[in-house]
Amino acid sequence: MIAEPEIVLEARNITKRFPGVVANEHVSLTLRRGEVLALLGENGAGKTTLMNILYGLYHQDEGEVLIRGEPVRIGGPSDAIRRGVGMVHQHFMLVPVFTVAENIILGAETGRGPFLDLNVARQRIRELSQRYRLDVDPDAYVKDLSVGQQQRVEIIKALYRNADILILDEPTAVLTPQETEELFAIIRSLTAQGASVIFISHKLKEVLAIADRIMVLRRGRVVGETTPREATERSLAEMMVGRSVMLEVEKGEAHPAAPVLVLDQVTVLDDRGQQVVNGVSLEVHAGEILGIAGVQGNGQTELVEAITGLRPVRSGRVLINGRDVTNASPRRISETGCAHVPEDRQEDGLVLTYSVADNLVLNTYYAPPFAHGIVRDDRAILEHANLLIEKYDVRTPSPLTLVSALSGGNKQKVIIARELSRKGRLLIAAQPTRGIDVGSIEFIHQQIVAERDRGAAVLLVSAELDEIMALSDRIAVMYHGRIAATLPAASATREELGLLMAGAQPLNAAGESPMDGRAPVNVQQRGI
Amino acid sequence: MKRAESQSSPQADRLASVRSLLRAMIVPVASVVVALAIGAVIIVVSGANPLVAYSALFEGGLGSSRAIGRTLEKATPLIFGGLAVALAFKCGLFNIGAQGQLLLGAVFAAFIGFSLQGLPAVVHVPLALLAGAIMGAAWAAIAGSLKAFTGAHEVITTIMLNFVAFNLTDWLANGPWKDRSPGNIVARTPAVAPEARLPDIAGVPLGILLAVLAAFAVWWLIWRTTIGFELRTVGQNASAAKYAGISVRRMMVLAMVISGFLAGLGGAIETLGVVGRFQPGFNVGLGFQAITIALLARTNPIAVIPASLLIGLMQAGAGRMQFNSGVASEIIDVIQALILFFVAAESIIRWVLRLRAEEGERVTLSSGWGS
Repeated sequence: MIAEPEIVLEARNITKRFPGVVANEHVSLTLRRGEVLALLGENGAGKTTLMNILYGLYHQDEGEVLIRGEPVRIGGPSDAIRRGVGMVHQHFMLVPVFTVAENIILGAETGRGPFLDLNVARQRIRELSQRYRLDVDPDAYVKDLSVGQQQRVEIIKALYRNADILILDEPTAVLTPQETEELFAIIRSLTAQGASVIFISHKLKEVLAIADRIMVLRRGRVVGETTPREATERSLAEMMVGRSVMLEVEKGEAHPAAPVLVLDQVTVLDDRGQQVVNGVSLEVHAGEILGIAGVQGNGQTELVEAITGLRPVRSGRVLINGRDVTNASPRRISETGCAHVPEDRQEDGLVLTYSVADNLVLNTYYAPPFAHGIVRDDRAILEHANLLIEKYDVRTPSPLTLVSALSGGNKQKVIIARELSRKGRLLIAAQPTRGIDVGSIEFIHQQIVAERDRGAAVLLVSAELDEIMALSDRIAVMYHGRIAATLPAASATREELGLLMAGAQPLNAAGESPMDGRAPVNVQQRGI
Repeated sequence: MKRAESQSSPQADRLASVRSLLRAMIVPVASVVVALAIGAVIIVVSGANPLVAYSALFEGGLGSSRAIGRTLEKATPLIFGGLAVALAFKCGLFNIGAQGQLLLGAVFAAFIGFSLQGLPAVVHVPLALLAGAIMGAAWAAIAGSLKAFTGAHEVITTIMLNFVAFNLTDWLANGPWKDRSPGNIVARTPAVAPEARLPDIAGVPLGILLAVLAAFAVWWLIWRTTIGFELRTVGQNASAAKYAGISVRRMMVLAMVISGFLAGLGGAIETLGVVGRFQPGFNVGLGFQAITIALLARTNPIAVIPASLLIGLMQAGAGRMQFNSGVASEIIDVIQALILFFVAAESIIRWVLRLRAEEGERVTLSSGWGS
């Protein structure tokens, strides 16, 4: 081993309080030149707060930040960039109708007087792109780029401003497995040339694959530091949650029966009038979980909205229990026994300013025992709430507590409790565990499997391939509004699904990859 | 364990609800106090003594049984208007059109009042009230439907409909329904039949009794019925309402219809209880004061009663104040505008008092354009 490289960034004893919570408590971290430090933790563990402090968006209450050994007070993002710290946010900040070069120079325009001179910038972007193998064309319009390419534009944006400390906030959330591997290759080429990277994630596999060191945060504190060599997925999960967790979902064999949900050549338009679901036909049987895999934005959201009556079906038919419910009202579809865990829980699934009890009857409030005629029965609503809070382990001080006060996991449990307690014949669950803690994920997964075993048909839509693979009995891959293939879950592999998600034809999935022969880096084989 | 926590003692619950009631009152009360204080500064600048002015104001509104009667009289249509605006707020709609709905209610109640003769009071009064309320509801339904089916913003359409209502009622009072009795040259309808006048019940005007009853009815509707739950859900989160199977369009129309019904009823009661006929100019400003009242009451139907009494008192006492202290009675309009300013810009008061924002259902003054 050679001498340890210099420390480029150091945080000492950072404490940051918000009204009612301590987001960071005596957190210290060091980042050396050329290394990848992974910051692992559940939502709400304080990862983002810490990074926002390093990026100058917040200022710490206690502790200090040192950049290249020098104590600094970072005044804001532009100050952070001047000191060489760049951040790539989860949501990109790009102007779609601008070219790559225009986006990159935005805020740091080059030119003479009031006139832009893009040539200098273009040249530098090409150099950076070549040096780090980013493969970005400065003259392409951002709207024409894939999500993975847009992310690389964001990385160049930071490099263009001479950042050599890069913070990547949940960078893989929007990527296919193959794009993730490409990103990892880029990260390695960055660190090989002296840049340092802080990689924020809650995905154990990725952290083990890319990090040199792993720091785990829980409830605002550093609970441990380890390396991929010493850690396993299980040990990391335990550090993250604070107790042992089941990573695998225990489930027996499926016993599929008659079809409950039948889609026949369904097409749907999105808000802008583009056809985003192009003739989808599917059957979901009682007693099975059909998972829809796919990168976000391939029509899954619109498909679920169309089935549940929230969005018009343009053509084709939707049948539930043999009844045609195409373009029926959400109320009628719900009354056929269709439970729906919506993708956007804050926006669609809950009224945040309502109590837990009211949210638990959000779509059943009008029927007995919760109402007689138009008069609400508050006692029945409260009893119902107490029952479900207990049964579904919702952690709330009281049924009358406002839902906005609950954690993400408990908010989702309120929805799960409401939808599953209806004992419908069909459950549609869209992104049921997005952004929630591992403990709640475990519980929700068990509940979904229990629904299947009870005999319900389950349609699961998730952007997390791991979740799809763990829960589904059959997997349909959606790409550009079509079902690219439907595979039995038992024989599907990550690689195969990943290629289908990226638009490969199912027939040559095992043979030639459509990705111009660019060798995918094997995530498993890394070990330093 | 969670159950035990949730089933807290009734006393503790009552204590908590009293505390939250007090917390909810801080901003409105402080807004009134600050508005009165700024009003006092203006009075000083204009060369008068604010203590004299304010004590005359209260004397004129509370000092005698006649003063109290005047305050109640002023407060009655304000309660209906305040309820109308508050209920629309619950559904996320800003009904600026209470004024127009009220005018329609007033003129149609007058029409039923003067055109039918010889009916017994038990038939004539309810008929005239109902006519006014239904016309108010129909007028508001226009704005509600435009919002629900075309997305036209209710703030714009209700303002426009106010102008239409002003001119329509003017024309009715100056044309087809004009008082043709000899010697009359002003625009007004004939007086309503004596059987259509609102009686006093045990010395209290029927109007204020109906207003208080309406406040409790609206409270019950909002908090105890499924319709209220649907209205509030649409107001708090329209996309969750849609998900829950509630027809957002239907609720928007319904909220405006109930809102207009209340405003129209307020106008009808003003006609049948106070003015005795429709005469343009008599009810102007009520619909706008109703907005101040709804916000001062934080859209709570029961709180609309004291808020209306306060504004009614200022209206009733303004004349005495001008007479005793020489301060122009328009200072009352300034104070009311300041109250509206502070309850609407709540964060100023919170900043002054160093209060944190409270939890609970929000009042959104206006949703985004085209939403």
